[in-house]
Amino acid sequence: MNKENLSGAELVVRSLEYLNISTVFGVPGGAILPAYDPLYDSPVRHVLARHEQGAGHMAEGYAQATGEIGVVIATSGPGATNLITSLANALMDSTPLLAITGQVATTSIGNDAFQEAYTVGLSMAATKHNYLVTKASEIPQVLKEAKYIATTGRPGPVLVDIPKDVLNEVSKWVEPGPINLPGYKPTLEPNPKMIQQAVELIKKSKKPILYIGGGVIHARAHKEIFELSTKYNIPVVTTLMGRGGFPDGNSLCLGMPGMHGNYTSTTSIQQSDLLIAIGVRFDDRVTANPDYFAQNAKVIHADIDPAEIGKVREAEVPIVGDAKSVVIGLIEMLGETVLDVNDWLEVISKMKNDFPLTYTQKDDGPLKVPFVLEEIQKLTKDEAIVVSGVGQHQMWISQHWKFEKPNTWLNSGGLGTMGYALPAAIGAKAAYPDRLVLALDGDGCFQMTCQELITASTENIPLKIVVFNNGNHGMVRQWQKIFYNNRFSASELTHHTPDYVKLAESMGAVGLRVSQKSEVKNVFEQMLEINDKPVLVDCVVDPEDMVFPMVPSGGSNDKILLSEKDLENL
Amino acid sequence: MTERILSVLVEDKPGVLARVSSTISRRGFNISSLSVGPTNIEGRSKMTIVTELDAVEQVKKQLNKLINVIKIVELDPELTIETEVLLLKVSINKESQTSVIEKANLSNAKSVDVGQDYAIFELTGTSKDLDKFEKLMKPYGIIEMVRGGRIALQTTV
Ligand SMILES: Cc1ncc(C[n+]2csc(CCOP(=O)(O)OP(=O)(O)O)c2C)c(N)n1
Ligand SMILES: [Mg+2]
Repeated sequence: MNKENLSGAELVVRSLEYLNISTVFGVPGGAILPAYDPLYDSPVRHVLARHEQGAGHMAEGYAQATGEIGVVIATSGPGATNLITSLANALMDSTPLLAITGQVATTSIGNDAFQEAYTVGLSMAATKHNYLVTKASEIPQVLKEAKYIATTGRPGPVLVDIPKDVLNEVSKWVEPGPINLPGYKPTLEPNPKMIQQAVELIKKSKKPILYIGGGVIHARAHKEIFELSTKYNIPVVTTLMGRGGFPDGNSLCLGMPGMHGNYTSTTSIQQSDLLIAIGVRFDDRVTANPDYFAQNAKVIHADIDPAEIGKVREAEVPIVGDAKSVVIGLIEMLGETVLDVNDWLEVISKMKNDFPLTYTQKDDGPLKVPFVLEEIQKLTKDEAIVVSGVGQHQMWISQHWKFEKPNTWLNSGGLGTMGYALPAAIGAKAAYPDRLVLALDGDGCFQMTCQELITASTENIPLKIVVFNNGNHGMVRQWQKIFYNNRFSASELTHHTPDYVKLAESMGAVGLRVSQKSEVKNVFEQMLEINDKPVLVDCVVDPEDMVFPMVPSGGSNDKILLSEKDLENL
Repeated sequence: MTERILSVLVEDKPGVLARVSSTISRRGFNISSLSVGPTNIEGRSKMTIVTELDAVEQVKKQLNKLINVIKIVELDPELTIETEVLLLKVSINKESQTSVIEKANLSNAKSVDVGQDYAIFELTGTSKDLDKFEKLMKPYGIIEMVRGGRIALQTTV
């Protein structure tokens, strides 16, 4: 086999097979065309997206649902620039991604050739690392390294740019050697001294909070977190990216804290004397003004990325390491310790009782998103992978949906990318054809990448999408109500355009519509029964509804607005 | 403002300077000097970065995330030998010529080229030495000046 002459393009496809990549998402074009020829015969499945941003989010959805790397392919120039949003999104949410882009021939680079863009430069700040390959023989090693970098340490996107002449260059398969990256050696095992210091703080704490995020999901540390919490009775707050890392059904789960977090989750952090922060980055949507964040708490901060520790909040005990190893270490050293937390648990349970999440659904009134969510969840029995857009609907899902397992909640947390939901759901459904994948999107978000519904129907990826049609960029409208004196500048979309049902039908999907409470159960049952085609439900909801609780950005988490009534005191 | 000097060992790969400077500007770090050059080890370059005390931890951590950055050492100011090079072109005329050259000699600057109406001096020294020399030459009319960026080594291993 080593004697065989192979083109760079063939080496790319062989490398994908060698790296156990079974599905890729992409859009072809001039510079990448050589790679599409061997792909035609390869067992690697290629899903043809309608836009490279969509292809990128598909690869992200695939990666976030499986915990494995997602792969996206695009051509040079506009193909690569269209990818940038998904790369930036993956970087923010630490999603392992491999992007392969075609580039103009090495002899043309720098000459403003047709469809030339400086892809390595453009993607530098949107990737964990990137490469420009200059020799075909290097392709297998570079792709192996790229996958290694993308999936280890703090995961992230890696881009490999390959000029067309390199794709056409004839070479031999060179078996990739061991990885040799002198500047890249992620620390996985925590320092036992730090674990010991953490345990000392935990033993002394009367009001501990386990504050967990996406890092727990990436490290597949949910079982260990469950043990740490339930064995020692430590309540858990799950950030937007950490939802599903601890089961909502458990009474120790407090749910999402922060700007639109529930009262108990946000307030328990404020009152806590010890934050055990694992795989989180003290994002501003969680902390609000960090000067007022958890002022009475000491902090144990464990993260695989040392740069996150001390970036926003100084940690009394910094721990660099993989979340799973850290938690195992903590449990081992805590042993049979019993924490003195009964009073604390009572305080928390009282808060939960006194300040539940609420909504009012009138029988003949407009539909409320939280009501619809609860109805859908009843019908799906916790089996769904839920994918969200960005806006009010996203916050309501995170608040009201009960997540029991990791990797069942996919959303764009860090970058807040509208248009993420549908393509990401396609990626997740491509990974798990037998599972229920439910995109719960906003009407504004849907219109950003709705053409990917064609991808879903033509590629036989029968996901379900609910478009929460409030006729508005609802979250923008909410801010305009609160901070801009009801001046609704450029936030209205209308309920009627497009006709989502017809749009779905024209794209080869089934379209349904619901706008009355009495129809809800029936329509969503219908949605769940159709499994041979994608289904879209146009769910017409109240445009005036606002998401609460809310902490205005830059404020203090001690000042939570619980309902519209609290706006008067702003 | 207290300064900190970082000695950054990097892989000598295309784009590594762009990665480092892009990270610095992306994160909004203030740096006062950055210089790059080869080392005695093949395939390795060294950057010397001068930054502020309050930013130094984040600068170190963020640069360490770059795959091509191998090692970052924060130099101990007490144990550091630091130097910088300067080339300065100054106007001269019959009256000023002698005093310019005299001052340059006293500053240990080397004259590398002298023309009818200009002289070019080279000076190696600490940044303070270079600042001082610049000030001395200013009254005569500096035509052009370039500084090479600060480089440093620690005296102990
Ligand atoms: C690509 C992009 N552009 C703009 C925004 C700013 N933005 C945040 S939420 C939002 C409105 C979302 O509207 P919709 O999808 O209808 O969700 P809703 O808030 O109505 O539930 C906008 C415009 C964004 N997050 N992403
Ligand atoms: Mg909307």
